[in-house]
Amino acid sequence: MTAMQTIQLFVFLLAGFVGFQTISRIPPLLHTPLMAATNAISGISLVASLVLAGSAAGMLATVLGTIAVACAVTNIVGGFLITDRMLAMFKRTEPAESKLADTTGASHHD
Amino acid sequence: MTETVIQVAYLIAAFLFITALRALGRPDSARRGMQLAAFGMAVAVAATLLHARIVTYEWIAIGAVLGAAAGYPLGMWVPMTAMPQRIALSHAFGALAATLVGVGEYSHDLAVGAITRTHVLALSFEVLLGSLTVTGSAMAFGKLQEILPGRPVTFPYQNIVNLVLVAAGVGCLAWLIAYPIDARVFVSMIVIAAVVGVLFVLPIGGADMPVVVSLLNSYAGLAAVATGFAIDNNILIIVGALDGLSGLILSLAMSKAMNRSFANVLFGAFGADGSVASAEAAGGEMSETNSENAALRLAYAERVIMVPGYGLAVSQAQHQMRELGELIQKRGGEVRYAIHPVAGRMPGHMNVLLAEAGVPYDKLIDMDEINERFAETDVAVVVGANDVVNPAAQTNRASPIFGMPILKVADAKSVLVLKRGRGKGFSGVDNDLFVDPKTSMLFGDARESLLDLGAEVKSA
Repeated sequence: MTAMQTIQLFVFLLAGFVGFQTISRIPPLLHTPLMAATNAISGISLVASLVLAGSAAGMLATVLGTIAVACAVTNIVGGFLITDRMLAMFKRTEPAESKLADTTGASHHD
Repeated sequence: MTETVIQVAYLIAAFLFITALRALGRPDSARRGMQLAAFGMAVAVAATLLHARIVTYEWIAIGAVLGAAAGYPLGMWVPMTAMPQRIALSHAFGALAATLVGVGEYSHDLAVGAITRTHVLALSFEVLLGSLTVTGSAMAFGKLQEILPGRPVTFPYQNIVNLVLVAAGVGCLAWLIAYPIDARVFVSMIVIAAVVGVLFVLPIGGADMPVVVSLLNSYAGLAAVATGFAIDNNILIIVGALDGLSGLILSLAMSKAMNRSFANVLFGAFGADGSVASAEAAGGEMSETNSENAALRLAYAERVIMVPGYGLAVSQAQHQMRELGELIQKRGGEVRYAIHPVAGRMPGHMNVLLAEAGVPYDKLIDMDEINERFAETDVAVVVGANDVVNPAAQTNRASPIFGMPILKVADAKSVLVLKRGRGKGFSGVDNDLFVDPKTSMLFGDARESLLDLGAEVKSA
């Protein structure tokens, strides 16, 4: 194993540890947005697809790379949009006096 | 120099991603955090375009335009009721990208003629997990979208067949480490993994989908980790680890909420045949009511708890539920919503559904907390939920769902169950709650019933 691979294992281990600490604290209330969010973030695999699609290393690499770019961008665009849309819907109870005005259901229009 | 710029950009992105996950711990900071994460993504992608290996941008542009065209509707137009299949689909996309990159890198290596054992190991893991996740997620999507039958599909020796295939896949991997340039084995491995993905989801029923969707999330993340190792990219390792762990944590939470082991969910084919329903129910008759009587009770109740289940999503009645809740509140009643972790088809499904309808999130209460409140509740309204409120899970040792934590609806002073018909739920288990003397059944489509109740409460 090379020094670089050892460092990569360190990175993996530490990221896993930080991830566990962080994600365990997310309440069940937000588990669906969490899934959408990790989906969006994992679209970072785009950086690998970009290199493949742009490297001009033959027909196969270009075709595979282009499809991979399309998939990753789909997840990034769709993922961040839907996460934002979902999170925008989570609202606290409003102060009592504004309640009457809110019963029309206008709040879920976007 | 460019390499340093790229690495610094990745560092910024990694920091912002982890910050975003921290922000997701609270509803009021979550949105801001995700916007920062999107910014981090933009930085990382922009920096990558400077990469030395990228010499042409045409195909990148084409892919990006196609992706944006597909991503926009998937982000903006998909209704919250369809969220589980939407998420399953994006797992498939993510895994497909990883698999294709793996194949591309492998063919690049072959062409260059430089391929090390550790590299082929990482690439093999990448395409194995990737390919399995692509077909598995596609299957999950099909089941959730009801293109495929939602019931578990079983055939003789299923688990043995699966095991043999997995062994064959691992065998291919071992072979490749010994003979890295054997492209045929590499391709066979991808095909085997794809078949395993299909067979793995085939025997899993609709109600177990929360576990499967979470687990596929985890695999997609691990595929990304393998990609990171294969192309020496730390940001992919970090994000893959976060993604993989998040999926794992969620699937463990879901299994726990069903009191079932991973193995049981994955290989048990729960609800596949009629035999599981043989456990005797308490017996007794269901007592039916009409919307007028039921509404009267709701109108004069002091404390009401709504208990939504997957049936609410099916009949898209979340707005009607919120309206009924508001009408009761206007008359002075207190309304809360009880959320079971596995109600619905993915983790947190009921929460987003009701948040979409405009229910404030402080009214959405998790199982452990709400269970203490049922005893002081006048009416518990169960809409499209079945197994998650079945007292047999606690009282009947012979019941297939025995041991599963439930919402203690039966503790309420009275119970109103809105149900499509008299049939059994997904698991085919009789529900003692429905024949409890304090339970009244209101049959019909959930949406219609909630509308009727709303109208009656208004005029009561």
